[in-house]
Amino acid sequence: MKDEVESRDDRVANLKGMGCSRKRVEDARFTQGKGNYVDDIKLDGMLFGDFVRSPYAHARVVSINTEEALKVPGVLAVLTAADLEPLGLHWMPTLAGDKQMVLADGKVLFQGQEVAFVVAEDRYAAADGIELVEVEYDELPVIVDPFESLKSDVVLREDLDPKADGAHGPRKHHNHIFTWDAGDKEPTEQVLAEADVVATESMYYHRTHPCPLETCGCVASMDKVNGKLTLWGTFQAPHAIRTVVSLISGIEEHNIRVISPDIGGGFGNKVGAYPGYVCSVVASIVTGKPVKWIEDRMDNLMTTAFARDYHMTGKIAATKDGKITGLHCHVTADHGGFDACADPTKFPAGFMNICTGSYDIPTAYLEVDGVYTNKAPGGVSYRCSFRVTEAVYFIERMIEVLAIELNMDATELRRINFIKKEQFPYKAALGWEYDSGDYHTAWDKALKTVDYEGLRAEQAQRVEDFKAGKTRTLMGIGLSFFTEIVGAGPVKNCDILGLGMFDSCEIRIHPTGSAIARLGTISQGQGHATTFAQILASEIGLPADSITIEEGDTDTAPYGLGTYGSRSTPVAGAATAMAGRKIRAKAQMIAAYLLEVHDNDVEFDVDRFVVKGAPERFKTMKEIAFAAYNQAIPGIEPGLEAVSYYDPPNMTYPFGAYVCVMDIDVDTGVPEIRRFYALDDCGTRINPMIIEGQVHGGLTEALAVALGQEIAYDDMGNVKTGTLMDFFLPTAWEVPNYETDFTVTPSPHHPIGAKGVGESPHVGGVPCFSNAVQDAFRPFGNRHTNMPHDHWRIWQTANKLGLHG
Amino acid sequence: MSNKMHIKLNVNGKAEEFLAEPRELLIYTLRERLNITGPHIGCETSHCGACTVTIDGKSVKACTMFVAQANGAEVTTIEGIGGPDDLHPLQTAFKEHHGLQCGYCTPGMITRATKLLEDIPNPTEEEIRFGMAGNLCRCTGYQNIVKSIKAAAAEMNAAKEAAE
Repeated sequence: MKDEVESRDDRVANLKGMGCSRKRVEDARFTQGKGNYVDDIKLDGMLFGDFVRSPYAHARVVSINTEEALKVPGVLAVLTAADLEPLGLHWMPTLAGDKQMVLADGKVLFQGQEVAFVVAEDRYAAADGIELVEVEYDELPVIVDPFESLKSDVVLREDLDPKADGAHGPRKHHNHIFTWDAGDKEPTEQVLAEADVVATESMYYHRTHPCPLETCGCVASMDKVNGKLTLWGTFQAPHAIRTVVSLISGIEEHNIRVISPDIGGGFGNKVGAYPGYVCSVVASIVTGKPVKWIEDRMDNLMTTAFARDYHMTGKIAATKDGKITGLHCHVTADHGGFDACADPTKFPAGFMNICTGSYDIPTAYLEVDGVYTNKAPGGVSYRCSFRVTEAVYFIERMIEVLAIELNMDATELRRINFIKKEQFPYKAALGWEYDSGDYHTAWDKALKTVDYEGLRAEQAQRVEDFKAGKTRTLMGIGLSFFTEIVGAGPVKNCDILGLGMFDSCEIRIHPTGSAIARLGTISQGQGHATTFAQILASEIGLPADSITIEEGDTDTAPYGLGTYGSRSTPVAGAATAMAGRKIRAKAQMIAAYLLEVHDNDVEFDVDRFVVKGAPERFKTMKEIAFAAYNQAIPGIEPGLEAVSYYDPPNMTYPFGAYVCVMDIDVDTGVPEIRRFYALDDCGTRINPMIIEGQVHGGLTEALAVALGQEIAYDDMGNVKTGTLMDFFLPTAWEVPNYETDFTVTPSPHHPIGAKGVGESPHVGGVPCFSNAVQDAFRPFGNRHTNMPHDHWRIWQTANKLGLHG
Repeated sequence: MSNKMHIKLNVNGKAEEFLAEPRELLIYTLRERLNITGPHIGCETSHCGACTVTIDGKSVKACTMFVAQANGAEVTTIEGIGGPDDLHPLQTAFKEHHGLQCGYCTPGMITRATKLLEDIPNPTEEEIRFGMAGNLCRCTGYQNIVKSIKAAAAEMNAAKEAAE
C-alpha cells in the first residue's frame, strides 16, 4: 500500500493543513473572468432600479411628480415614500437601534439621500426616468459640524421626541444621539489632577470610506407562486440580512433565501442594510419580476457606510520618569443624519474602550457623545474591528505627544509602559480582558531589525544638514505598537439586533473521503475556501484539496453573523475546528470497531487512527469515512457529519509592531516611504501566504487613509470627494514594498490558538504612517497635525513651522 | 429606434453584429448584450481599470468608451486571454504569487498586464508599477501583483528563448 511507504512528514504535507502556504482555490475562476459577483447575475425578465437622490443636504421635500418619468419607454414604476408607507417600509431600522428613511419622508437629511426609486427595463431607461422625476425642495439650514449641531436650534430629526431617550439612553439635545462611557470618571480626574505630567491633545480622525472596488448591490426576486423571496447581494452578513428582511417585511424567514455570491471586497462597507435592498424587494413584489440595484461609485462614496469622523480629546498622565498613571478620552462622534453604525448593540461607540492600547494604564475614563449632522449615515468599521482604528490612533498619538512632553524617546516610553508578558490575561482599566501577548519581544525584534538607533542617528544628521541648507528633505520615523480586539464575540456581551455573535460550521464527510463544510461567514477576498479547508484538513485528516468550503447561502449554510471585524477566523474558524473534532470523535469509535479494540486504544495520527503501541495497525480517515456509510456498527448511527455553533469565551487580541521610514520634501509636501516594517502576531498562523497578503493590503489602505483619503464636505453639505478623481485610492505607483515579520503568541482560549489578522495592518498602519509625518517635523516644534497628510497639508505644516524660509 | 447604429465587432475571436444606441457604452455591450462578465464596473470614470480590455492592440477602459467608437474593432477581454485548457502565464502567475484577493480587479489587471508585457517584455519593477498605475486594487497592496507580473515575464521570456 502507498500509505506504508509514505513517511509521516509526507502524510502531513499531503493534507496541506494549517501552517502551509497553500495556493488559493478561489483563484482559478477569478483569473479567468469567471467570478460570480452580484452584477453578473441575470434572471429572465430582470428589471433595473436606481435612485433619484437629493442634491441638498437638508431640505423639505415639498412635492414629487413622477408623471413624466412614467412616460419614458421602459420605465415601469417609480416608488416614493408614499408608496412604501402603507407597507410600513418607508423607514427601516438601523443596526444601531435608530431608524432610517428608505425614501425621503417629508425631508432629506444628507446630500445623495434616496428620494425615489425608478424601476425600468434597463439601466439607460432607469437613468432617463430619474432625469424626469420632478422634486420640489425647500432648503433648510445645513449643519456639517457636530459641535455646532449640539448648539443649534435647528432640529435635524423631527421624527424623534427630543425629550425621549434614544436607543442608548438619555439625549442631551435634539441633535444628540447618545452618551456612552467606560471606566472610572472621578478616579481618573483625580489622577490627572495629581500627576507629575499631563499631556493634552485634540485630534480629528477624519471621515473616510471603505470604498471596495465592487460597490454595493442586490438582486431581489419574489416568486409569488411559491411565496419565496430570493435576495442576492453584496452582504457581509447574509443571515443577519435574512432576519432583518423578515422582521421588516413580515415575510416568514423560511420563505426568504439570501445569497452572497462572490464579493468584490467589503472592508465594512457591506455590513449594513441599505435602502436599495428594501426598494428592490418592494419593486420585485410590485412588478412580479426580479429587480437589480447596483450603486455607482458616486452613490457608494456619498451614501453608503462612511467610516471614522471622530473628534477626540485626550489627557494622559504620567510620572516624571514616564510611567503612565491615567488616561482620559472624550469623543464627539459625527454619525450623520441617521445612526446607522454597525456595532454590537451594547457598544454604540464600538470597542473604542480599547483605547488604553498596549499599555498598563491603571486608571482610565472614556466618554463618547454621538451627534446627528447633515452628512451621510454609516460609521462602519473600515478594515478594523469596531472603532478600533480610532482607538489605536488615539493612544498611539497620545504616546507620541507624551514623549514630547517628557522629552523622552517614544520607543522607550512604550517599552516601560507595555503590559508585561506575565500579566496576561490582563484586565484593562476600560473593561476588556486581553487574552495573551508578548509585547516586549515583538518591539525589541522590530527595533533591532530596522536598526532604530541607526535611523535616529541618520535623522539627526539630516536635521543638521537641513538647517545648514544642504538638503530640503526631512526624515520621519513612524512608530506604532497596536493591540487589536477582534472576534466579536461572546454572546454574553455581543449581539447585533439581538442576534448573538456566535458563528458556525457544518461538515459532511462523503463516503469516499472527501467533504463539504459550510460556514456562517462569507469571504470577500480573504480566501476562506482555502484557509478553512486547511483548518479542517489538520483536524480531520483529509486533504484540504478534498474539502469544499461553501458560504453565503442562507438556505444551506448554518446561521452565523458574517464576516467583518476580523471575526471569521476567531469565531467561525473555531467552530470549524470544533465541528472537526466532533467528526474525529465519531471516527475514533468507528476506527476502534474496525480494528476490534476499545475506543481508548486508538489515537489520531495525522490522517488516521492507529492502535496505541502498534502503529502498523491503523485505519485511515478515508477508510473510516467509507465504513461510516457501509457498515452497520452497533450503537453508532450511519453517516459522518457534525455541526458546531461556537460562542467564543473572549475576544482575541492580535498585536503588532510597525516602523515606517519616510522622506518628506519640504517644498512640495510629497512624502516618500523608504521603508515599512510590519511585525504581526496573530497567534497560530494558518496560511502564511494569505497572512502576508492581508498585511500588504491592510497597510495600503492605512497609507491611503493617513496620507490623503477622506470624505470631505463643504459648508452646504456638498460631498467634495464623490469620485475616484478626488477620493484617494493609492495606485501601484504610490505604494512601497513592505517587509513583513511575525512572532507567534497563540490565543489561549481559541481551539487552534488563532487570533485573526485581516485588520491588524490597517489598525497599526494608520498611526504608523501618521507618526512618520509628525516625527519628521518634531525637531522643528511639531506636536500634532491632523490627518489626512496629503501633500497640501504637509506643505502647510512645513510652512507654519517656518521651513520655507 | 431610428437613431440606432449598426455595429460590427470582433470579440475574443468571435464576430458580433447588432444595432445599438449611440450612447451605449462598450462595457454595457460586453456585460449585458454579449454576457461577457469578466470585465467589471468599478467607477465609470476611467480611474479604476476593472473594465480594462484590449482594443486593436491598446489597453482601453471599456466603461468610458461608446461601443460606436469601437465599431469594427477587435476586442479582447480576460475570457479571450486564456481558459482552463490554455492558461496564460499571467493567469498562472497571479495564482502562484497570490496576486489577487477578492478578484474584482483581476480580469482588468491581467488584461492590462498582457499588453504591458507585449510592449515591455522584460520590465523593471518601476516600469511595472508605472505601467499598471491605471488599475486599482483595494486588497493586495500591489506587492504580489508586481511579483506575479515579474514572474510571468520571466516565464514568457524563457518560453520564447526555448522556442527560438
